[in-house]
Amino acid sequence: MLLHFDIAWSHLRTRRRQTVASLLGVVLGVAFFLAVSSLMRGSELDFIARLVDSTPHITVSDEFREPTVQPAVLRHPGGAVSVLHVKPLTERRGIRQYKRRLGQIDAIPGLRAAPVLAGQVIFSFAGRDEAITLSGIEPARMKNVTTIEEDIVAGSLDAIDADPNGIIIGRALARKLSLSMGDTVSVVSPVGNVRVMRIVGLFHTGRAVYDETQGFAQLARVQALLNRPNVANTIIARLEDPYAARATAAHIERLTGYKSVSWQEASEDILSTLLVRNVIMYTVVSAILLVASFGIYNVISSVIMEKTRDIAILKSMGFRAGDIELVFLIEGLVVGAAGSVLGFLAGSGLMWVTGQVRLTVPGESDPVNLPVYWGWSQFVLAMLFAMLSALAATYLPARRGARLAPVAILRGAA
Amino acid sequence: MSALLVARNLIRTLPGEVPVTLVRDVSLSIDRGEFVVIKGPSGSGKSSLLYLLGLLDQPTSGTLLLEGEDTTGYDEDRLAATRLAKLGFVFQFHFLLAEFSAFDNVRLPMRRLGRLPHEAQRQRALQLLRDLGLGGHEHKRPSQLSGGQRQRVAIARALANDPPIILTDEPTGALDSKSSINVKDILKELVRSHDRTVIAVTHDDHFATGADRQIEIIDGQLA
Repeated sequence: MLLHFDIAWSHLRTRRRQTVASLLGVVLGVAFFLAVSSLMRGSELDFIARLVDSTPHITVSDEFREPTVQPAVLRHPGGAVSVLHVKPLTERRGIRQYKRRLGQIDAIPGLRAAPVLAGQVIFSFAGRDEAITLSGIEPARMKNVTTIEEDIVAGSLDAIDADPNGIIIGRALARKLSLSMGDTVSVVSPVGNVRVMRIVGLFHTGRAVYDETQGFAQLARVQALLNRPNVANTIIARLEDPYAARATAAHIERLTGYKSVSWQEASEDILSTLLVRNVIMYTVVSAILLVASFGIYNVISSVIMEKTRDIAILKSMGFRAGDIELVFLIEGLVVGAAGSVLGFLAGSGLMWVTGQVRLTVPGESDPVNLPVYWGWSQFVLAMLFAMLSALAATYLPARRGARLAPVAILRGAA
Repeated sequence: MSALLVARNLIRTLPGEVPVTLVRDVSLSIDRGEFVVIKGPSGSGKSSLLYLLGLLDQPTSGTLLLEGEDTTGYDEDRLAATRLAKLGFVFQFHFLLAEFSAFDNVRLPMRRLGRLPHEAQRQRALQLLRDLGLGGHEHKRPSQLSGGQRQRVAIARALANDPPIILTDEPTGALDSKSSINVKDILKELVRSHDRTVIAVTHDDHFATGADRQIEIIDGQLA
């Protein structure tokens, strides 16, 4: 192998300019591969982190995935029974015995849960009516499962515990209705209950619809307002490992019977969009390496054309076709490997520069750095692509060189 | 003397719209320690016969026995392995690897065969170069050597794996008269002192006079 490497190395050394040109192609290919993929992966991870942070990891709602099995079907299992036009029994909505369910869910290791009763109410202030979703929460538990406390820009989440008539609304809704901290507002529930509540907090998440249509109040107060004492219609949970949400949600669903949705399931459309984006991105950056591989193809083809006499003499000496092929494959691999290593350096430089770029994102007050992903996996992927491109570019000329008949070359040289 | 190489009814035809027969029904036997010269006019098939005898080409029909073993059915890899261990080639043009020194060129076949340990390969390469009058030129590249010196490096390389047969194709064709005599003497010495078999293709009558036997070939057939 060392012998083959020595011969390969001597070929690359003699065609120094072409070797450097093809090497530069691989270096640039790898560097841009890293710069683009690190930015794309960085933004993807940043987006997912925001998604994971801003939404519950698991949402257990007062719904079932499958409709209730009808008694006639249960009476004749496996029979040809078809029940049509069933009007479901009117039943009280909400998670039955939510405190017991909450206890069951809370017992799962690495998980924290909080009950929520959410319902539609009308905000009435200064002659204006606005429909909003009012969520009844327990602040102590809520802090552990959402980042809403971090989004509070005035007041605090605990204020709704201190003042049972307290309500926290989005800053955007407050601006829309000209409300400010300490103002009182009439809240009307669909069952006709009216409460006068006081603004004790404002939040700002940056999501316009959420900020204009969401409010938080004490759970007991909302239960009373909606005439649903001791009821919660949602249990939200946060996991230490967000990526375990899918399996844990399935476990909770088996445990409670209620529909339990992980953040991955809830964001399936977004995640599949990210997947498509990744495929497009890797296709584009791989194309750069594909172009670079033409440089390698060119160098190896030139070396073979120039070294046909060497091939003939090596074969006459007793080198096998496989030896000749190996020599040229090594040449491609050397260019690929050296290009990858230098590409890592150039790519890391580009990644660092990209990471220094600061942009002001709409909805954010402070400029933020472009998110750059420094994980090792993309370095491995870049090297893999570079080596595969180099091998593919070398394979055909190497095979052609290996198949050269020494006699034909010797006759031509004589 | 025992027959080292036996050719029976060798025919080599190049396929094509008009097939060309390079070697026609050649049968011959070459003994160990024999210096055989194949002579003939240009295009008579001398080199083609040499390539067949040197396992660089395979006959269209006929058999070739090397040390009593029929090589006709050998695949490419086995032919290469046989060439590596048992045959050494010297061509009209030296065909040394330009990027390697004289020493490295001589070591190449030994490194590929891997029969000798590293240090023994080194010693043998140096000894061969010294024996051929190239002491002090070991680390020169082919471009730094004269034509005669290059050809002597090529001979040293052919001898590297200590093969019983050396095949040469116009070894003096590109040399001046002094270097030609020198190369001829070296080849004769190989036969005389080392019991090697040398098969040389030439149309140099002066070179041929030193041989044990001259075989003449005309239009691919033995005359």
